[in-house]
Amino acid sequence: MSATPVPVPIEPQRGETVGDVRSGGWFIRITIIVIVILWSIPTLGVLITSFRAEELVNTSGWWTALAHPFRAAEWTFENYRAAIETQGFGNAFMNSLAVAIPATVIPITIASFAAYAFSWMEFRGRYVMFVAVVGLLVVPLQMALIPILRLFTQGLTFGNYIIFPDLDLNQSFLGIWLAHTGFGLPLATYLLRNYIGSLPSSIIESARIDGADHFTIFWRLIIPLSVPALAAFAIFQFMWVWNDLLVAYVFLGGAGQNVVLTVALRNLVGATRENWQLLTAAAFISMSLPLVVFFSLQKYFVRGLTAGSVKG
Amino acid sequence: VERTDERTTDPQPADPGEGPRRPKERAGPSPLRIVSVLAGAIVAVALFLVAFDFMRQPNANRAAIVGLAIVVGGGGVFLLFWVMNRVVDLISERFRETLRPYVFVGPALVVLAVFLVFPVFNTILISFQDKNSTEFVGLDNYRFVFTDVDMLRSIRNTAGWLILVPLAAVSIGLAFATMADRLRRGEAVAKSLIFLPMAISFAGASITWQLIYSYRPQGFGSNIGLLNGIMLGLGQDPVTWLEIQPWNNLMLMVIMVWMQTGFAMVVLSAAIKAIPDEIIEAARIDGASELQVFWRIIVPTIVPTIVVVTTYMVINAMKVFDIVFVQPANAETNGTVVIAERMIRWFFLLDHNGRGAAIAVVLFVAVVPVMIWNLRRFREQEAIR
Repeated sequence: MSATPVPVPIEPQRGETVGDVRSGGWFIRITIIVIVILWSIPTLGVLITSFRAEELVNTSGWWTALAHPFRAAEWTFENYRAAIETQGFGNAFMNSLAVAIPATVIPITIASFAAYAFSWMEFRGRYVMFVAVVGLLVVPLQMALIPILRLFTQGLTFGNYIIFPDLDLNQSFLGIWLAHTGFGLPLATYLLRNYIGSLPSSIIESARIDGADHFTIFWRLIIPLSVPALAAFAIFQFMWVWNDLLVAYVFLGGAGQNVVLTVALRNLVGATRENWQLLTAAAFISMSLPLVVFFSLQKYFVRGLTAGSVKG
Repeated sequence: VERTDERTTDPQPADPGEGPRRPKERAGPSPLRIVSVLAGAIVAVALFLVAFDFMRQPNANRAAIVGLAIVVGGGGVFLLFWVMNRVVDLISERFRETLRPYVFVGPALVVLAVFLVFPVFNTILISFQDKNSTEFVGLDNYRFVFTDVDMLRSIRNTAGWLILVPLAAVSIGLAFATMADRLRRGEAVAKSLIFLPMAISFAGASITWQLIYSYRPQGFGSNIGLLNGIMLGLGQDPVTWLEIQPWNNLMLMVIMVWMQTGFAMVVLSAAIKAIPDEIIEAARIDGASELQVFWRIIVPTIVPTIVVVTTYMVINAMKVFDIVFVQPANAETNGTVVIAERMIRWFFLLDHNGRGAAIAVVLFVAVVPVMIWNLRRFREQEAIR
């Protein structure tokens, strides 16, 4: 691969080539179908179980429902109602939104400003700073948890000087946004700098000549041109934050008003070990939004993944 | 409440002091503009304060809190840059453009310094201290990491994770991508279905797989896990899949393979499609078999991509935590402990800062070779640019 972004054909359009390559494809077709079925079984199990009545879930395997899928009496929405109303999954869903949307917008905004500066502004230490940012890519999240939590709960003092005030950020949305911003920034800056830096310099130069300042160029020119890259990273980050258990568990706590879906799910596993119909309904609630995002914006998501890793 | 705002205004220091120097400049901003910019900044800060205060109220309407959070979080960050940029406009023309780049990169650097750089050093410090981080205990915590039975097992298990998971996910992903590339129809659908588990959280996936692995002893209801359903169908006794050591580790790894294969497949598929058709066709015309095309042309061409995908997965496997943590079964008695899960257990559930930090440091040190390699790769890439 060269340093240019790899084109990702969404619909394969490889021309009709040597004929027998495809016609000899029975083995290939069967293998693919087998793998696809194997891969779909677990998700199918969740979907089916979540709509079955409790006594059925406990007495027969979920796959038995496939034998008579149209027996309406066996299907119910009760599990979803119970999960949302009595188990607080409606609330948790809202919390997940309140965490995931800002925790996506904030790092992308900060990273794209930084990426613009790293690409198109002249200043001292530019290269060193950028390499430092990229270097931070591989600091494991775990390394940062303890100090940040202490920063949030106690602040930081050095002798009599307050270096970082105790902002009481623990268990607050602002705290978790900032934490996710910190953890997502290196990758975001790296990817966006690659993209923004590869835009043709003539565009920026002519805008400069026309008297536009950096802020205007950035906002009116760079951001609209970078929409594919921004969307790709946004989806990636959103899914990451939405599905994250660790950061949410540490910074929003394992219980209380602010628990997000993943934490609520974990609690439910602990509390109702064998309550399958409830667990699966809850699990499906937590999957619903990522699945919608995934299927509607798959194109961008795939492009983001490939931009990040196929390069180089 | 007062405290919250310092965070939001924090990255715009130094500027107000330099404002007054401006009158010497010829076409400097008018006093009216200075006042309006500063007033705008103050109003913005005040609004943030009110908003954050509201979000902390325990019995406020949830929907209102969520809506506010989205508006404040999403809009606030842009407003921050806008205000900072306007403040820089007030500065004398000589320094304006020298300062502006730092307005653009400043917030990123501040956040990274606070949330990544500082923690790295702090964690190393804590790892040499005791349970409550009050006294230095030398290497005690590290001695614990490398002698404790569960820790040693977690290191072995993690080694297994980071070898087997990438190996399986990349192999299956590569095979699937190559084969799907040959399909005349249905490629997109097939790929979506393999990719779908990527959208699911580890916590959700763990529950999902309970429907496969579940075991109930006799007298505790019928077995509703798919694998035991198959065992019973074959006339065998049901099996406690997640309790047979060491195979239960493999059972958990399968979950991660299930989730990550789609990633490998999508990225590798993009690389395969980027191989020029002529090369592959020329080989076929020369009489190469499909296997030869695969091993002699496709694989060598996409080696860089395979390496990148594998590295990404190795790092992920090294940090695996959720899959083990969410299992209802006890990780210690079942021997399914992994390093990252130990860290959380010691720090949060057993309240031992020192040991938790020492485990994190070990994890970090394990990632360092990857870090050096990554930086080197970046340099090479820079050279090409």
